[in-house]
Amino acid sequence: MANEFVKKKSGEVKKASIKKLIVIALVYVGVIVLVNSGILGYQYRNLLVSVSVNIIMAVSLNLVTGFLGELSLGHAGFMAIGAYTGSLITLHLELPMWLEIIAGLAGAGVMAAIFGLIIGIPVLRLHGDYLAIVTLAFGQIIASILNYAKSITGGASGLSNIPEYTTSKHYILVITLVILSVVIISNIMKSRYGRAITAVRDNYIAAEATGVSIRNYKIFAFVVGAFFAGIAGFIFAHNVGIIKPNKFDFNMSINILVIVVLGGMGSIRGSIIAAIILTVLPEMLRDIQDYRMLMYAVLLIAAMLFNNSKLRKHLVDDGALKKLFTRKKKEA
Amino acid sequence: MNGFIEQFLNGLIPGSIYALIALGYTMVYGIAKMINFAHGDIIMVGAYILLLGLNAAGVPTWLAILLSIVGCGILGVVIEKVAYKPLRNAPSLAVLITAIGVSYFLQNLFLVIFSSQGKSVPKFIHVSDFTVGGVTVSGNMIVILVVTIIVMIALTYFINKTKLGSALRAVSEDKGAASLMGINANRMISMTFAIGSALAGVAGILWVSMYDKAYPTLGAIPGIKAFVAAVIGGIGSVPGAMIGGIALGIVESFTKAYISGELVDAFVFGLLIIVLIFKPTGILGRKRIEKV
Amino acid sequence: MKFKKVLSVAMIAAMTAVSFAGCGAKSSSDEFVIGGIGPTTGDAASYGTSVKNGAQIAVDEINKAGGVKIGDETKKLKLNFQDDANDAETAKNAFNKLMDDKMGALVGCVTSTPCIAVTSLSKDAKILQITPSGSQKECAQYDNCFRVCFTDPQQGDAMADYIVNKLGKKKVAVLYANSSSYSEGVKDAFDAKVKELGGTVVVEEAFAEKDVDYNTQLSKVKASDAEAIFVPAYYQEVSYIVKQASEKGITIPFFGSDGWDGIIDQVSDKKVVEGATFLSPFLSTDTDQKVQEFTKAYKAANGDANPDQFAADGYDTVYTIKAALEKAGSTDIDKLQEAMTQIKVEGVTGDMTFDKGGDATKSTKLIQIKDGKYTAITVK
Repeated sequence: MANEFVKKKSGEVKKASIKKLIVIALVYVGVIVLVNSGILGYQYRNLLVSVSVNIIMAVSLNLVTGFLGELSLGHAGFMAIGAYTGSLITLHLELPMWLEIIAGLAGAGVMAAIFGLIIGIPVLRLHGDYLAIVTLAFGQIIASILNYAKSITGGASGLSNIPEYTTSKHYILVITLVILSVVIISNIMKSRYGRAITAVRDNYIAAEATGVSIRNYKIFAFVVGAFFAGIAGFIFAHNVGIIKPNKFDFNMSINILVIVVLGGMGSIRGSIIAAIILTVLPEMLRDIQDYRMLMYAVLLIAAMLFNNSKLRKHLVDDGALKKLFTRKKKEA
Repeated sequence: MNGFIEQFLNGLIPGSIYALIALGYTMVYGIAKMINFAHGDIIMVGAYILLLGLNAAGVPTWLAILLSIVGCGILGVVIEKVAYKPLRNAPSLAVLITAIGVSYFLQNLFLVIFSSQGKSVPKFIHVSDFTVGGVTVSGNMIVILVVTIIVMIALTYFINKTKLGSALRAVSEDKGAASLMGINANRMISMTFAIGSALAGVAGILWVSMYDKAYPTLGAIPGIKAFVAAVIGGIGSVPGAMIGGIALGIVESFTKAYISGELVDAFVFGLLIIVLIFKPTGILGRKRIEKV
Repeated sequence: MKFKKVLSVAMIAAMTAVSFAGCGAKSSSDEFVIGGIGPTTGDAASYGTSVKNGAQIAVDEINKAGGVKIGDETKKLKLNFQDDANDAETAKNAFNKLMDDKMGALVGCVTSTPCIAVTSLSKDAKILQITPSGSQKECAQYDNCFRVCFTDPQQGDAMADYIVNKLGKKKVAVLYANSSSYSEGVKDAFDAKVKELGGTVVVEEAFAEKDVDYNTQLSKVKASDAEAIFVPAYYQEVSYIVKQASEKGITIPFFGSDGWDGIIDQVSDKKVVEGATFLSPFLSTDTDQKVQEFTKAYKAANGDANPDQFAADGYDTVYTIKAALEKAGSTDIDKLQEAMTQIKVEGVTGDMTFDKGGDATKSTKLIQIKDGKYTAITVK
């Protein structure tokens, strides 16, 4: 019986990973065809990078907000650290392009992760509303210091003439980074760590009672989330070529939060789809920019009210009832 | 020494306004156990209502002020009913995200209606300045201080000495038990939102009396800073909010004057993190034990 | 589950493919597309909108007069203006959209950061880029990039020279926005020039953009022995500063940079800005005939709104592109670059020539507020 179970399980795993490989291959082929066939104009080719940055940001924020269940309002701060660290490395190193990229990416991710660890310390003592405010404060402090440390960060003018290593010309690199990030984060979510993190979210007191060390897992989630936000920052900086402290403000954190919420908290697939739609859509609706944020606000409230409404319970339960009809019979 | 006193006074103005806003935060947190992120934006709405009132022909100043305060109170109740009440039993994450949504909604609604350009509010408080020992004290500042102190005394009296106030405290202490005692908890929560938001309206009026302009993001920064003030003073505590607000204004002024204007935000928010880590209940707050 | 994922990715790809297949703009060969990029939404919306409107006036005038003669061909101009919301990333997307729409030359970007971000794209695409108002130095960093406005350092130098040399005020206080590269750029040059001319900056205080309380900084200015106060900033912040200074009883004269343009409408009591002097390339009440005609056309087209310096800069930029095209007789970037350094444009912001570095040489114009009105003062 047990053996059979294991067999079945490993078969499923195999099947799942084959499916995953097919999806990855399809994404590659799809992007290459879109870019090279000329179907995508300059504008949409360029958007590929913006979409990629938002996907990594949303998926990494999802790790903290969706899976751990802690609201982080300073995700843009980690991105800023990655963007600045990565840019300073590529601006000051005189190495072949590929080595610079590798060094920059590593530096961006690691430095952001270190700050994730620092933020992890208050995380040990706080949660919920208070933690959200601390992450917000953290984002503000980062911006303030980036402004102040003029000799390193260029102050208000920021850093410019950053080598453009991750523009749409280098889309293969960008797509590869996105796929790697998503695969790594989704594997973490499915691992023992991921289940522990979810347990912390669902009931941290119970989780602690059953021996899950919530402290380590909370910090782990923050560090991994920060690492990938740093990677996203690197891509962002080396696409735009100029970065300033005020770009990575509260609004940016909120934009990413909107993507995560609308994509469905805890759903990586949802985050990816929402990131694509919410990046491409505003480009199409350029003329109504002012209404965009108003729309986001309404969607945010509506999504929260719907998710917690009787209507949803009704719909989901009804749907679930139909699907699980047989099982329900068995139970009865 | 005069310079020092002057910088102290410079800090009192925003400090008193932070205190008023922080009072609203503290009341709402005390009873609804949620951070009303949109609280700061109600200040902005108050400023705009005042602006419209003062610019409308035939509306006396006192009526414009009253309309602004009442308007904010009503807005607070509406926000609570529409956005927060349905989420009363939802996880705090959902409530916080909704509150951020409401904040963004207000800001962007006013952006679309009034554009991002600031609109000048005509001068409506006429108290002349005076000089004491070489230090100029602005009359406007005296008005702000007096209003803040009156509001705080009235609020303390209301909460501690009246029947409604006792009911309020009962709901804050234990909603379930209070309901069993025949207190309508929903009505108490609505009332808290009304009072807190009306106070935000007062803060908005004082804000534009001092800084002259109404614009859609007016409330965002003072809102966050007032929250910091409420936390430092101990969230849930009325005198705590007052002390926190004024302390924050003075810290800001001194940082600007004697350290660096660039680092004000780093100091204010750094202070918040330190307080939260080492004394999460603030200066005058009470410890809340979390139960399953 | 995974199939759904593939499906949704495919759907989005298809959706985007359809959406832009429709907007592959067709431009006929007798039309020359001038692209424009600037903020028409968000906090800086008024700047972008002004440039757009000003540029449109110039395009209409040129087309009415027959168009632009490039070599043997005569082409009509077409303005395609895109919003960048004052954001570098959005500006890059806007540039690429304009490339899809067959842009021939670029008016933009209006603000510095987006402008710098776009320079590398225009360089690669071999497009003549002229910014109407991007004053940060790097806005004209490549050979194909030019600007019609002053640079930040030019403004700082000019104001220092005026205050210290012309007015003989040697002790100056400076308030600047440390979160704005524009403010900082002007301030740095100003400080250096003041020192060079033998003056001293007695107080220098920073503030953050969007601050509303300047009492702390002003208290320090008041306590000093400064004879003048220089505030290189935009009118939003300036309006608070002048009001609070007047409440504090500060009576020394104010000086500003071109961001002050529009300040009078931002204060409820005009007395607080009386006597202040700032630098601006354009004054709509100027008696110059070109300026008068432009102001008239602008008012007629834009519901009686007065043109500001951004509108004037946009107008002059289009005429500069026209002059370069006619001089070069070609749309080849090398020839255009060469032509740029040879032309002289008589614009509404003054007569301009351009150097190889991309900067315009033109006379500075100082504006003083007298009796609640902008009045030009000429500096010899």
